[in-house]
Amino acid sequence: MTAPISTTPTAPATPEKIPVTVLTGYLGAGKTTLLNRILSEPHGKKYAVIVNEFGEIGIDNELIVNAEEEVFEMNNGCICCTVRGDLVRIIDGLMRRKGKFDAIIVETTGLADPAPVAQTFFMDENVGARTRLDAVITVADAMWLKDRLKDAPEAKNQIAFADVILLNKADLVTPAELDEIEARIRAINPYARLHRTERAKIDIAEVLGRNAFDLDRILDIEPQFLTADSHDHHHDHDHGHDHHHHDHGGLKHYHDEDMQSISIKTDKPIDPDKFFPWVQDLVATDGKDILRSKGIINFKDDPERYVFQGVHMILDGDHQRKWKDGETRDSRIVFIGRQLPEEKIRKGFESCIA
Amino acid sequence: MGPRLRGDDSTTSGNDETDYMPSTTAPIPSLADRVRPIKAQAPVVGVHFFGSTPVFVLGEQALLFAPDGKEALLPIHGGGILASVSDGKRIVTGGDDGKLIATSADGAHDVIATDDKKRWIDQVALGPDGAVAWSAGKTAHVRTGKGEVRSFEAPSTVAGLCFAPKGLRLAIAHYNGASLWFPNAAAAPAKFEWKGSHLGVTISPDGKFLMTTMQEATLHGWRIADAKNMRMSGYSARVRSFGWTADGDYLATSGSEQLILWPFDGKDGPMGRQPKMLAPSQARVTAVACHPKQPVVAAGYGDGTVLMVRIEDGAPIAARAAHGDPVSAIGWDAAGRILAFGTESGDAGVLAL
Repeated sequence: MTAPISTTPTAPATPEKIPVTVLTGYLGAGKTTLLNRILSEPHGKKYAVIVNEFGEIGIDNELIVNAEEEVFEMNNGCICCTVRGDLVRIIDGLMRRKGKFDAIIVETTGLADPAPVAQTFFMDENVGARTRLDAVITVADAMWLKDRLKDAPEAKNQIAFADVILLNKADLVTPAELDEIEARIRAINPYARLHRTERAKIDIAEVLGRNAFDLDRILDIEPQFLTADSHDHHHDHDHGHDHHHHDHGGLKHYHDEDMQSISIKTDKPIDPDKFFPWVQDLVATDGKDILRSKGIINFKDDPERYVFQGVHMILDGDHQRKWKDGETRDSRIVFIGRQLPEEKIRKGFESCIA
Repeated sequence: MGPRLRGDDSTTSGNDETDYMPSTTAPIPSLADRVRPIKAQAPVVGVHFFGSTPVFVLGEQALLFAPDGKEALLPIHGGGILASVSDGKRIVTGGDDGKLIATSADGAHDVIATDDKKRWIDQVALGPDGAVAWSAGKTAHVRTGKGEVRSFEAPSTVAGLCFAPKGLRLAIAHYNGASLWFPNAAAAPAKFEWKGSHLGVTISPDGKFLMTTMQEATLHGWRIADAKNMRMSGYSARVRSFGWTADGDYLATSGSEQLILWPFDGKDGPMGRQPKMLAPSQARVTAVACHPKQPVVAAGYGDGTVLMVRIEDGAPIAARAAHGDPVSAIGWDAAGRILAFGTESGDAGVLAL
């Protein structure tokens, strides 16, 4: 016999989750310069800073935690489900001092993979309940990124994963070189916000408070570079060529043979009973190669738009809001990843049309 | 689904979850009106006792001594307090100021170790004969009762420490398993391997079982004699609080919407057996403390409820009604006459029985 328990669910206080901004970027690109710039702005906010390596530049902040990066595999049979053990531990410790800081900034090592960092916020219940991933900011060195994209897979990962990219040290290269490197970034990740900066000088609102992982904010997943070039040609050409570039009115379009983005759009309604099994199966089989995914879906006979976003095999989705009167009810999905099976994904998505 | 054991092939499902659901909605007896409320004003991260004096470990800097009628705040650390442990004679705390501090009943406190790189000291344990263990990063240290310090380099960051009940043996939880280290012996530590990130660690009072909590919502265990593995899963969250009953028959754990007690009274421990699942709630159990003498477990919940639960039949008595924020620490005095608890937002209480 068990005595009954009446736990009256009093309205649970839903405390504001602490935003976490992740700074990535190859060695010497300017992460610490950006970090110090953020910290020294007169924003009146207190930051807890987690640093995975100490560089030559000091960090001017009261609360700094230095920790060695530790990537831990989860015991769920999925090799890409990794979390950052150091973040699990440190965020646990920091939250004992809640009220002492407004946000957390993580400066990763130059070689860090952003995926385990992001996955920590979805895989660890305690971290996810208390903090939220705001955005992954990647600082790229305008002078050296082109070389790093050739010889450092980590640098390419960081570009592919980013929500915001600072093309830093823009003053050290010619405008033509800058256009060239920007085109190469866009070949990998056309969706990130890209800013050309000198000494990481940027309006702080462009890097903090981005809500890049917030489903409510998945509004605009149009590729950023297509504004100059309205037809969606980037994804429609064939694979299997090397750095083959097209020239359209002065805008160079590169194709990165290793990392690409796929964007598929349809104006036909989608069948949820086909879509969910398909997308779940897709990330289960190809999730290792899918770094980021996002989508806005128009389900048949559904007055609300459905949005999702994901990191590797983890998907997070929900109804977002009612379709507005006069709004074009398109469905669009975007994947950024490594050697993605574009034809399979395209056909698969088309088979979900109701 | 309720917790289940996967340490062997038996997948008995004799315990229907519905057995444990409330059959009526009659209110449970409550002693909440006898609780002496304490405003700790900072997250409570630990509860210990010096005799009948409750001492709350706060998330930042201080211990709050709370004898009846005269609370006193004792600042000891220069930052957050990350871990605490007590043997009734002293409270040992590790902080993000890189210090390990021992505080005695009269409030005297000494720094007993400082991390040379000022790293977080986030694991502490007390052992027999005055031994104390702590860790920062991958390094675990033991200071014996004679004052000799020995160190062990773990393969990854030390995530949990505990002494074995007898002899000078320290269990260290880390990535891909746990190590059982004899600080006074030259021999390499015994390795207990299991893939994944092991966080908390504890050894059964009879010294036969080494148990860890994992990054996943599971427990892992080894029978120390033959390193036979056992896995306990089915929790809805990572297990963050655990403790042995006075008789050593059960390991009580948080992490589920019931109080989960794994039986260790047989030679195979919980292998092939079901846990007791008591005091179900809509909220998750966040902190547990076994009564030092009686077969009773105090459980704190995510909605702020505190219950004292009799193991035999699951009969609960409330010590605190549901009230917002999660219970973060709970403990009994050594005599088992006083229960103290605290929450994440700094509400605390003392109940003299």
